[in-house]
Amino acid sequence: MVDREVQELEQAVEQIWEIATTRFGLDPFPVRFEIVPASVMYEVGSYALPGRYSHWTFGKAYHRMKMMYDFGLSKIYEVVINSNPSYAFLLETNSPTQNKLVIAHVLGHIDFFKNNVYFSKTNRRMIDEAALHARRMSEYEFKYGRKVVEEFLDAVLSIEEHVDPNFFIRKPHENPDKEEDKKPRRREGRYDDLLSKEERDEQNEGTDDQAGKQRRRAGLPEKDLVYFLMKNSPSLEPWQRDIMAMLHEEMEYFIPQLQTKIMNEGWASIWHSRIMREMDLPTNEHLEFAELHAGVVSPHKGQLNPYYLGYKIFEDIEKRWDKPTDEEREKFGRRGGEGREKMFEVRELDNDISFLRNYLTEELCEELDLFVYQLVDEEDWTVTEKKWERVRDQLVANMTNFGFPYIEVVDGDYDGNRELYLMHRYEGVELDMKYARRTLEHLYKLWGREVHLETQVDEGALVMHYDGREHDED
Amino acid sequence: MSVQRNDWSLQRKGQIDQDRHKERVRDAIKKNLGSIVSNESIILSDGKRVVKVPIRSLDEYKFRFDYRKKKHVGTGDGDSKVGDVIGHEGLPGQGPGAGQGAGDQPGQEYYEAEVDIDEIAKLIFEDLHLPYLEEKAKQAVPSKTTKFTEIRRAGILSNLDKRRSLIENIKRQARETGNAHIGPFKREDLRYKSWEEQVTYESNAVVIAMMDVSGSMGEFKKYIARSFYFWMVRFLKTKYDNVKIVFISHHTEAKEVNEGQFFTQGESGGTVVSSAYRLALDVIGERFPAHDWNIYPFHFSDGDNYYSDNDEAVKLADELIATCNLFGYGEIGEEGASSYRRSSGALLSIFKDRLKSQDRFVGVRIDDKEEVYPALKEFFGKRGETA
Repeated sequence: MVDREVQELEQAVEQIWEIATTRFGLDPFPVRFEIVPASVMYEVGSYALPGRYSHWTFGKAYHRMKMMYDFGLSKIYEVVINSNPSYAFLLETNSPTQNKLVIAHVLGHIDFFKNNVYFSKTNRRMIDEAALHARRMSEYEFKYGRKVVEEFLDAVLSIEEHVDPNFFIRKPHENPDKEEDKKPRRREGRYDDLLSKEERDEQNEGTDDQAGKQRRRAGLPEKDLVYFLMKNSPSLEPWQRDIMAMLHEEMEYFIPQLQTKIMNEGWASIWHSRIMREMDLPTNEHLEFAELHAGVVSPHKGQLNPYYLGYKIFEDIEKRWDKPTDEEREKFGRRGGEGREKMFEVRELDNDISFLRNYLTEELCEELDLFVYQLVDEEDWTVTEKKWERVRDQLVANMTNFGFPYIEVVDGDYDGNRELYLMHRYEGVELDMKYARRTLEHLYKLWGREVHLETQVDEGALVMHYDGREHDED
Repeated sequence: MSVQRNDWSLQRKGQIDQDRHKERVRDAIKKNLGSIVSNESIILSDGKRVVKVPIRSLDEYKFRFDYRKKKHVGTGDGDSKVGDVIGHEGLPGQGPGAGQGAGDQPGQEYYEAEVDIDEIAKLIFEDLHLPYLEEKAKQAVPSKTTKFTEIRRAGILSNLDKRRSLIENIKRQARETGNAHIGPFKREDLRYKSWEEQVTYESNAVVIAMMDVSGSMGEFKKYIARSFYFWMVRFLKTKYDNVKIVFISHHTEAKEVNEGQFFTQGESGGTVVSSAYRLALDVIGERFPAHDWNIYPFHFSDGDNYYSDNDEAVKLADELIATCNLFGYGEIGEEGASSYRRSSGALLSIFKDRLKSQDRFVGVRIDDKEEVYPALKEFFGKRGETA
């Protein structure tokens, strides 16, 4: 890209910012745009944050994305980072029109990051934080060996999504360490091994065993597996707990993005299209824009395109609050002409689940031709449901817990032997058993003792066990 | 608000982690050589250098739902109705694609790694060699290797031995300052690796590859024989500069064929094993006298020999063994037959009972694709370090 084009881009940024903030009332963080080559674009895309720690899974993602690009199969136009100031990366091969659209789209995202309530607790300096993590991680690699750290990361990453999305409202009494400090414990004597078991139990009564058990049970069940293992695993070294804390923090940062994918993309798409229409583009650029925009917000047959779905719902909200039906006027007291206001309210207060539950209407379901499909007779993926409430509820159900099975620690001292007992809160869909077994192996590495997982298969309870050597199920 | 364009040319993070991933792939390949050796995409690669093989251990395991038992939501063309079939399971590219949200990807069973056949070959051939290789009178084959053998004080920078240079530096610091540490480098600290070309002479060798192409050699059996010979030919061509290979295929009659025919021939007719052995002996007699050549006959068959031919086959096999360095026989069973099949015609058990000289005979039974690699190791493994 030559300097003249950079200058033109700077002017475009000014103009787009002006339209977005003054005319449409968007309120984004200041942004720094970086023009980067494809290799860097895909690097940021695969790590989700620039400068993040190293792991082979990022390399795998990078390789795949880069290949798709090199073969012309897919292309990322932008990556935007939720921070203050925000960073956005533009591909150096983008055309001027593509760049304008991307800049407008990015401002929509950043407005969403700044104002949606689910993002209010995210660390806006996460890039710095991630870089610090990366440095600490590489120090551990140096000290304990790359393979050792890598293997440990493999184990933690297998459960990384199992954190509590509302971690920030954790109450102090849920932190078991604090209580431990208060209660005096009988110190282990030098000659304790001479006492019989009963005598020892007697001496320990009311102190170690009981209180220990209670203490370990306090705060259970615990949905945040990463946090629970970090705090309570009998076998982890301090550096390993530190790594878990770092990954936990990074996951907390990403959670709001998982929770608002549809809204976030819908919001950005609404504003890129409106801003671009205000831009007074020459005819050829306008055509290019129209084509790009149509590509972004088009239905993908048999799938769900979050850009399209979010875009349609936001448009529909605006319409229904601008021109309410007589019934809506009467029943809900809508005065009309409040469309814009309502959209901004939704972007502030909702996440994908409430967004769909509150604003996906029967008419929209029909217009978008949404349906539920499933595998029939192990053979055909078949449409099995068209009733709009059922479709909506299925959509919401699939998004619950970011699409992951809901798994809790119910006992950290199972069988009086400090074994780990997990419970899958079964809601009608079975686990992938092969994956579950392998994940239990990872959990064993983190816990150091036997691990159990209770789930359901064929409508009956099933408990899976792994003791470090073999799997067992009953 | 600003637009920046920086120099990213030194940014290599993605590249570095991609290498880490590659390293994992290599490790996984090492662990799975057994199944990779007989993988269709390699054997049938038709000269492609890079092939895709499924590798298990590179999946990122997580708790996830069984994709096939889950209900999904999709969008249609506008007129979808209950009962419409939108895709079929198991057909690549036809099933519904990624759904919405993380962890909702279709259950991809394996990670498909791209591997370079040469790289796999290197791993497989690491421990293989021609056993009982002897020095023969004529036509010694020179083979050249380059080895870094020496350390010198002068050399080109790309051959700098960093470790030794560091040690020299520390030594000099210790001498000069009395304190062993790393200080500024001087030219005299630097050490360079230097190489030598080693020419070794290898004896002549000829491998006689015999394959049963009778009617009973079905799809699976032929595939096994083919994958064995695929690697054998590759192995011989990589490791030995001038090994000759003679291809013989037989049913009731034996015929010398070229490499292309050998690998593509269809099957028909009955089985008379002795015909192949007789032809092998003729070929040896005419073109490869035993005092000039190391001779390795290999034979793959399902062991279903014509009953009255067994005595003749044993006799000729004994003759072969007498003139050869090693005689290898591979018997291929039915697919998945795990137990040892002892039908009257099974040649392997007859050979094991009745051959006079057992120590230069290697018999292997293969019932499964994964047993091709062990068979290779059995035939070309460590034995007879006599030469």
